[in-house]
Amino acid sequence: MTALLSVSELAVLRGERLLFHGIEFALNAGDCLLIEGANGSGKTSLLRVVAGLMPPDSGEIRWRGNETRLEPQVFRAALAWHGHKSGLKQDLTLIENLRCEAALRPTRSLAPDDLLGPLALSALTELPLRVLSAGQQRRVALARLLMTDVPLWLLDEPFTNLDRAGQALVNDLVGRHLAQGGVCVMAAHRGVSADLPTARLSLS
Amino acid sequence: MSGAQASMPGLWRGFFAVLRRDLLLAWRRPGDVLNPLIFFAIVATLFPLALGPDSDMLRSIGPGVVWVAALLAALLSLNSLFLSDFDDGSLEQLLLSAQPLPLMALAKTAAHWLLSGLPLVLVSPLVALSYDLPPVSLLAMAATLLPGTVSLSLIGATGAALTVGLHRGNALLSLLVLPLAMPVLIFGARTVSLASAGDSMAGGVYFLSAYCMFALTLAPFATAAALRISNE
Repeated sequence: MTALLSVSELAVLRGERLLFHGIEFALNAGDCLLIEGANGSGKTSLLRVVAGLMPPDSGEIRWRGNETRLEPQVFRAALAWHGHKSGLKQDLTLIENLRCEAALRPTRSLAPDDLLGPLALSALTELPLRVLSAGQQRRVALARLLMTDVPLWLLDEPFTNLDRAGQALVNDLVGRHLAQGGVCVMAAHRGVSADLPTARLSLS
Repeated sequence: MSGAQASMPGLWRGFFAVLRRDLLLAWRRPGDVLNPLIFFAIVATLFPLALGPDSDMLRSIGPGVVWVAALLAALLSLNSLFLSDFDDGSLEQLLLSAQPLPLMALAKTAAHWLLSGLPLVLVSPLVALSYDLPPVSLLAMAATLLPGTVSLSLIGATGAALTVGLHRGNALLSLLVLPLAMPVLIFGARTVSLASAGDSMAGGVYFLSAYCMFALTLAPFATAAALRISNE
């Protein structure tokens, strides 16, 4: 059986410097990969390369056995990106933001309460995002992630700005996603629960 | 995690969602929309005040001045087209969306034209009045600005996409866009002059419409490619 997401011999140059090389991993349904490393070790770059935002200098990324470079649209329909920047509009309300996002990728139909209740956002639907705190905005970005109906989650520092309950929530969401047969690649320094079945990849 | 294809939103839904979001954002911040329009109105109405009330001279320079003002106003609004999306990460989400990027770029361009080009077209006959142009020229002004501003938005979007990753790319953006915008300016201004002199304006309008179709066909793809390059 071919792995859902497999990466082989990946190398990226930044200017003259070799950021990383020889990266290899293969993830099946229910697998989670945690990318670790010091600041500047290339965690975000690796995620961006896997997502297809940046081309690798060598190596290949395969989704269900097909190279993602050759079929980018199929791959993009299967992934959700939860980046360092929220990707949300500060002048729009939570609902307006999520409504636009729902038109961009496969989503599941969820009642607003089912989606926003667990994230403690139900009372904030009518406010423009700019009045929400940084942590609440991260929760809105999580709501977007939760709304999608895609197998692959790419999370860049999902624990930033979140309180203890929020961090537990992220662990819970990722755990449930994996239990449903999803795949997750995550870059994080801290906050990952020991209960998550993660493989670890260290960048130096 | 099954049935991903079944729940995939349609192309038009994606197009209108992005269009609607940009229009809504402009509605919340009307200043950004009004700036280019006010610039256009001020520049175009200052010329008659500075040059004096000589009707013949005003009639001869009017079409050119109004068109130059329109071009500069369009350039003024271009820089911000993708900048806020780049800063807040929405652009990454668009690049990684399941919708085709050229269509998303077209949606953003359409919103830009509705907010900056269309108001210019609507205001231009009023502004042209201050140059004592005959009624047929007022019509010609709107008729040439309509395809002209669409072309400028489309070409400008490609330039804006190329320079979005550079900070202070404003001057570079003008340098990139102006050569491609020259045919629009020349044909636009000349057609209005010819109309004032009583000639037919059909040729110029046909050319501008053809140029507009050309830009409409190619620019979204160029914009999409430029956005991917800028985000590497």
